[in-house]
This record gives sequence, C-alpha cells and structure tokens, in this order.
Amino acid sequence: MDAQNASAIAVDQLVKRYKGVAAVDGITFRLAPGTVTGLLGGNGAGKTTTIAMIMGLVTPTSGTVTVLGADMPRQRYRVLHRMNFESPYVDMPMRLTVRQNLSVFAQLYAVPDIDARIARLAADLDLTEFLDRPTGKLSAGQKTRVSLAKALLNKPEVLLLDEPTASLDPDTADWVRSHLERYRAEEGATVLLASHNMGEVERLCERVIIMKRGRIEDDDTPDRLLSRYGRETLEEVFLDVARGRRHNEAAQ
Amino acid sequence: MSSSVTDTGIDFSFNRVAAMVRRYWYLLRSSWPRILDLIYWPAVQMLMWGFLQVYVSQNAGFFAQAGGVFIGAVLLWDILFRGQLGFSISFLEEMYARNLGNIMMSPLRPAEFLLALMIMSLVRLLIGMIPVSLLAIAFFGFNLWALGLALAAFFANLILTSWSVGIFVAGLLLRNGLGAESMAWTIMFLFLPLTCVYYPVAILPEWLQYFAWALPPTYVFEGMRALVIDHVFRADLMAQALAFNVVLFAAASFAFMKLLQSARVQGSLLQTSE
Repeated sequence: MDAQNASAIAVDQLVKRYKGVAAVDGITFRLAPGTVTGLLGGNGAGKTTTIAMIMGLVTPTSGTVTVLGADMPRQRYRVLHRMNFESPYVDMPMRLTVRQNLSVFAQLYAVPDIDARIARLAADLDLTEFLDRPTGKLSAGQKTRVSLAKALLNKPEVLLLDEPTASLDPDTADWVRSHLERYRAEEGATVLLASHNMGEVERLCERVIIMKRGRIEDDDTPDRLLSRYGRETLEEVFLDVARGRRHNEAAQ
Repeated sequence: MSSSVTDTGIDFSFNRVAAMVRRYWYLLRSSWPRILDLIYWPAVQMLMWGFLQVYVSQNAGFFAQAGGVFIGAVLLWDILFRGQLGFSISFLEEMYARNLGNIMMSPLRPAEFLLALMIMSLVRLLIGMIPVSLLAIAFFGFNLWALGLALAAFFANLILTSWSVGIFVAGLLLRNGLGAESMAWTIMFLFLPLTCVYYPVAILPEWLQYFAWALPPTYVFEGMRALVIDHVFRADLMAQALAFNVVLFAAASFAFMKLLQSARVQGSLLQTSE
C-alpha cells in the first residue's frame, strides 16, 4: 500500500482557480488515520475551498485529493457514506423537527437502528428535549449541535469540521470539544478541523496546517510551532504567519 | 433496499429516494399555506375559463357542441405547469433552506434526487388536481376522469414534459444559484402559446407550426380537442408525443449532469445565493 492509500486524506499539488485567481495554490499534505488536524488561516486563506474539494463538492483545477483511497470527486460514491461534515455554509431545514431532520439524513446514510442512534446522539449532545421542536426555533448554539449530530450520524471515519464551535457559548463549546475528543478516541476517526479558535486547535489537534493566500505557510505539531516561533500560544504564531513574520524573525 | 457502491453513481437505492420523499412530505404537511397554494390557483383558473366557456357557448353554435374544450385545456395545462412547478419548488426548498450542501455531500445519487423530486411533483399535483377536477364536475358537469384511458395518456405525456423542464431548471439552479430562480416560475409559459393550449395548431403561422409540433404537449392538446370535439381518441398523436418526450427527457437529464459538473467546477454547490 503506497503512502497515498495509507493516508485517510491525501492532498497532492492541489490547485483551485476561480476566473484565474488561485483560491488554493498547490498545497500538499497527508493525514494519517485517526489523527486530528487543525486547518488555520485568515479569511480567504483557502480553508473552506480545500475542505470542499476534500468533500468532492468542488472539482480541483489541478492536483489530486484522495479520501480513504478514493479519488475525489471522481470516485466520491465509494466513500461518501464513510465521511461527514459540519459547516456554517449549510443549514438543516428549519421547518422540520430535529428528529425528522436527523432521521432523513440517517436514512440517506443507511444508518442501522435509526431511532437508537438518534437517541444516543441526542443524549450525547444534550438535544433530547429539543428533538420534536422545529429546527428553526432553536438557538444558534442548539442548531450547531444539531448539525454536529447530523455529522456524527453515520459514525464517519473521516470528519470535516468547519468552525464547529463558532456560535457556541464557552461552556457549550467546551462540552462539544470534549465530545469530539471522545468520538475520535472511541471511533478512531480522522478529523480535519478548520477553526479561528486557537485554544480549540491547541486542545484538539496534534497537527496544525497554517494556510495563507491559498498556500501552506507552515505545517507541524502545536508544540513544535510554538517552539519554532518562540511563542506562548498558537494565536501568536497565527498572527506571526498572518503578518508575514518568518519563524526566525518572530523568535528574535 | 440499499445498493452496492460504485464509482459511477449509477447504482440506485430506493431507500435514499424514500428518505428524500419523506423530507419533502414533512415540509409540505408542516405548512398549511403550502397545501392551500396547491389548490387555490388551479381552482381560480378552472372557474374563470369554465364560466367563459359557458358564456361563449351560449352565443356560438360551435362552442355549444364543443363543451369542455376550455375546461379540458385548462385542466391539462395545469398538469403540465403544476407538474414542473411541483418539481422545481421542492428543489428550490433545498436552496432556500441552505441544505443543498448537506444533500450533495451525502451518498444520495443525482438520479435518486431527481426521482424523489418527480414523486413529489406527482404528490403536489394530485393534491391540487383532485379537488379542482371535482369542482369542474360540480360547476360545469365536466368530468375529467370520464376521459379514462385517454386521460392516462394525456397525463403521462404532460407529466413527462413537466419533469424534463423541471430537471433542466434544477441544473440551471445548481449552476447559477438563486439568480436563476425566475426560470423556475416562468419557463413553462414559453410553452403556453407554442403548444396551442386553447386553440388548434392550424391557427399558428405555418413556419411556427414546425416549432409547435416539436413540443410534446402540442400533441396532447390536439388530442384533447379531437376527443372532446370529434369524440375520437388519437393514439397516433399520443405515440408521437411519447417519442418526443423520450428525447426531451434524455436531453434534460444530460443537461442536468453537465450543469452539475459545471457547478462543481465553479464551486457553486456550497454558495447557492445569487
């Protein structure tokens, strides 16, 4: 088995151009199975486009994306039932109740014993009392938890999360992070997490990829990044990268 | 029933189709204005044309003999128009709800998605047409159901055309986002003058008749007039309509797949606004 097939996600020389402008500009990385990786970058850095290409929603201009051994988007139907995602760019239908929404998606993903799976996720994500309420009547934080429940319905081997705690209060966000940690530990899932919350990335991720203007600016473990930039927090490292300070300059 | 997984997306799961139909059914039953909307406009149309026909038939011998031509035309036009609208509105609901990304990222195949939309188009059509057809009997003594086998042939051809147009519009919406929404509401009106809903094809200028005969509904409306006025069921017209429908459906499905492919290239599946 070559390195590409051994990786849960393999991105190779990936480029996406929109009308000549590069949103993603020749990035390469591989994610080992069962790892949690943070994808950092300012607005317009190319994080969402990268995730969309990994999901098979966007066709690359050049380069390749392989997920669980399947070439995306060409072979996406081999693996879509083994992946899932949560993103602020999509919503769950508002007029349907939480239970209706989850059961429709559970059926789409061919989840066995749908009622038990929904009950378990509702208990885990503190949604039990909202199950029969229209999704549109929930608070932003509750909706995010419903989206997360949808993303976990099929016990995905690859989970793509775009700002999963963006609209949550600190207590709920912490609780969701704990759930994600537990899920990864129990299921051995590979998680790619795009976030602006550096504390979240430090806590959850064993590796951090920092993007800027469509390129990878740095890629390492949080500890090594902190050490290389001579910083106390990932937020300071992020600011160094965003403001164009190289790690040797930043460390001085 | 579930399916094996292949690269092509050709394999098919009725279980996933059922999931999507259930999603649209939940939506429909959650909102009484949505259900009322399915009935009230077809009813208004039918009543208006019905009373016009009663008035005209009292003043012209031909129309006295051809009772039901207008009502038949308006009911069949509604099958065509509402069939497409039912398909397109269900699709638009996904865009309004910003749910398209969830669906396109799920294992749902395009063919399953389209079949679910066709089923919902039928469901929405029947919710509207059954009460309106009963009103036509009550007000004007025009029994659409008495057309029997002919009605089945008319219906099959019209619904096939409406799905073809719906599929093409869905592709446009995927590719262009809600900027193409007005197409969903108005595209069928292109068919209104050309398919000769309320008058014979012979009324059109000769050069325009070629276009008219290239559209499947034209054969249906001519067939309906032959049945109501001459009491003859023109199976030949229905067969020709079916042949054109097969070509139209294949062309629309091909266009949908191409537009979907283009939407993936343009990155418009996540951003469905204008």
